[in-house]
Amino acid sequence: MTLDPASWLYPTPAGLYCEPGGFYIDPARPVDRAVITHGHADHARPGNAHVLATPETQSIMQVRYGDRAGGQLQAIEPGQIVSINGVDVSVAPAGHILGAAQVILDWKGYRAVVSGDYKRAADPTCAAFEVVKCDLFVTEATFGLPVFRHEDASGEARRLTGSLAASSRTHLLGVYGLGKCQRMISLVRAAGYERPIYLHGALQGLCDYYVSQGVNLGDLRPVAASGGDNLSGELVMCPPSAIADRWSRRLGDPVTAFASGWMRVRARARQRGTELPLVVSDHADWPELIQTIRDVEAGEIWVTHGREDALLHQISQMGLKGRALALVGFEDEGE
Amino acid sequence: MQAFAELMYRLAFTSSRNAKLDLMAAYFTGAPDPDRGIALAAMTDGLNLRLPFRRLVAEMLEPHVDPVLFKLSRDYVGDTAETVSLLWPDRETDLPVPSLAEIHARLENLKPAEAGPQLAAWLDALDANGRWALLKLVTGALRVGVSARLAKTALAQGFGKDVADIEEIWHGLELPYTDLFGWLEGTAGRPDPGEVPVFRSVMLAHPLEDGELAGITPDEWVAEWKWDGIRVQLAGNSVELRLYSRTGDDISPAFPDIIDAFTGFHGVADGELLVMRGGEVAPFNDLQQRLNRKTVTASMLKKHPAHIRFYDLLFDRADDIRELPFPARRQRLEAFVDELRTPVASLSELFEFAGPDDLAVLRERARDANIEGLMLKRVTSPYLVGRPRGHWFKWKRAALTADCVMMYAQRGSGKRSSYYSDYTFGAWRTADDGRDELVPVGKAYSGFTDEELKRLDKFVRQNTTERFGPVRAVSPSLVLEVAFDAIQPSPRHKSGIAMRFPRIHRIRWDKPAAEADRLETLEALAAT
Ligand SMILES: [Zn+2]
Repeated sequence: MTLDPASWLYPTPAGLYCEPGGFYIDPARPVDRAVITHGHADHARPGNAHVLATPETQSIMQVRYGDRAGGQLQAIEPGQIVSINGVDVSVAPAGHILGAAQVILDWKGYRAVVSGDYKRAADPTCAAFEVVKCDLFVTEATFGLPVFRHEDASGEARRLTGSLAASSRTHLLGVYGLGKCQRMISLVRAAGYERPIYLHGALQGLCDYYVSQGVNLGDLRPVAASGGDNLSGELVMCPPSAIADRWSRRLGDPVTAFASGWMRVRARARQRGTELPLVVSDHADWPELIQTIRDVEAGEIWVTHGREDALLHQISQMGLKGRALALVGFEDEGE
Repeated sequence: MQAFAELMYRLAFTSSRNAKLDLMAAYFTGAPDPDRGIALAAMTDGLNLRLPFRRLVAEMLEPHVDPVLFKLSRDYVGDTAETVSLLWPDRETDLPVPSLAEIHARLENLKPAEAGPQLAAWLDALDANGRWALLKLVTGALRVGVSARLAKTALAQGFGKDVADIEEIWHGLELPYTDLFGWLEGTAGRPDPGEVPVFRSVMLAHPLEDGELAGITPDEWVAEWKWDGIRVQLAGNSVELRLYSRTGDDISPAFPDIIDAFTGFHGVADGELLVMRGGEVAPFNDLQQRLNRKTVTASMLKKHPAHIRFYDLLFDRADDIRELPFPARRQRLEAFVDELRTPVASLSELFEFAGPDDLAVLRERARDANIEGLMLKRVTSPYLVGRPRGHWFKWKRAALTADCVMMYAQRGSGKRSSYYSDYTFGAWRTADDGRDELVPVGKAYSGFTDEELKRLDKFVRQNTTERFGPVRAVSPSLVLEVAFDAIQPSPRHKSGIAMRFPRIHRIRWDKPAAEADRLETLEALAAT
């Protein structure tokens, strides 16, 4: 292994750049050629001239950005190889949200895997993470501290349905619109909750898309249609910002719940002002990060964004070479 | 333990009083004995567990966690016990989860050398929330925003009893409160308070409303000052003596000077706890130095000597005299205080008055910083529990007001979480560079209607200059007329003063901010 990966794959102000391929992965600003790992807004931005992504990610970008989703959209599915200027690009499921992929780059016998965001825990709304052995693994570190160990998601969903059963107050659950929303709906459905779930208008479009892809979400209704007055005892879901927004006033005095990996830490949960914090995340927790770093058997680990100090310390303790890319433009608050 | 941990978890994130009561009532009615009794003690400050936590943590975590990772984690989490609860490895074992009662029983007779291994074994059997609750329990620092009074109210609510009935027997009860729960559930008789001096629920006054003054006639009413201290009850049975707060908390340990002065007292008396210096009542601030302390130093006793100004007697020795009319109780009270001959006790003076006009004059004289206004008591009234209508009135002196400028607004909680409803306001002063600047003088979150709140919220959103989490700074452009009971010097505050009970009196949409009051004006009020 003589090839230094940093000679052909490196961070730039526009994002992580593959020089021989002439493309960026999840660029922070519009570029000519972009490979997109998944549809979250901090990874998939509008206005790139050429976009390579899974069909699901492309559809999500079209739902969100319409005509601005990109100039030319090219689909890639697991098992396919797309050669770009001699760099073989392929993808593997990342287990993060519907359509989320790890990007695999093969060049001159060297393999780099860019994980995007990922998790290892089960999620009925997307394909499970696949381990791809490689020479260089580029990982996220959103929850790169050992205090982050997510709870079993179905147990957290039962805490929510249990609270609903024990109270006549409306439960207002704040969720990120893409991925977390549909996963939470699936989880409460699996926990036996069959009543209609009421959605803030901003969540409808992506739920419709998930349903069209065969994800069963049960009876969903818009809050707007109900007038909001008569939702005591019901489950209402909205984007996090709407909890503190004037929008939520129509719900009277709801129990506010929030589902995120950050809810693990009490001070963070209190900052949110939430009454029912649920520790459910679409990102790898600390044990999953460590397990994945072991599983991929890479000699070199790069950390794109998140809490890299602790993870880099751990990587060095494991006898591996680690590097912080400190890429800009990724938000961990949206989780 | 899991049910208790879940309760602690939910309480930590619940701000509404009613929601807290619901959670606690559900726990108390559902949990088994003796667990719920231990939980009740933990919430009412009745457990005295203080393991040497810091030493134990260092010992226990060392084999599991890298020190660099521990430090990074601790810095992020901000609390050592919580960090440990999150870092402790999850075991794949089926260890039985210890019950609260088991944990308590074991802690009672744990040798120091056993503490570490025992704690570790429990941590192994619990999940993250369970570990948090355990660590907070053994360090005596639960702090989930529950007062003893609230816990008792939850018991009353859960079991359909009157909270006063619980208060009356409370201080005779012992861990793990099996007698209490037996009685609450109807399977046992009411526990006998026995030898411990019992707290009796106090009689409270209603504020005097407009139009009610005309009915206050000298033949049917007596008047006395409303003192600016804290309401206390002294209860003794000649063997033991307790000083209780208005809500039944035992505050005796913080007031050994009072306990000493009344040794041998048999009865239950009602009065105002004050700090008295050279025959003068000291400002409330002085009393505050003495409150909320578990122990008290000799210099504290000397600098802030406590005093009780008595105004009622509930029990004369073992005689329950609460049914007697006021003058009869007063006569016995006077005899009791007379006999005492201690500088630590005095009688609250009764005033002669000819009619309502007299009272109004008296009330205006109540400008003394240590008097809040007048108490008006109906002479025929017995001593009644709670806040009965038409018997006692409080007529506070007119509030002071000042025009201040809104500086910051914070989002409220519960029903108000989508509103900026807590306001920090300031007064003008001259800065070092000669220009005028605002300095914060107080914070208020009440005194406005729902309609006004909507308008205030809109103002905050439209005039935000900076955001810090749930707080917004606003451009200094809105004048709030703030009412307050008093101003006291306070070196802890940047402004050097502290307002007592500030609330929004009027919103002066019309008034230019530059015409709001200056800090000097407020300082002058502190002197009166
Ligand atoms: Zn993502």
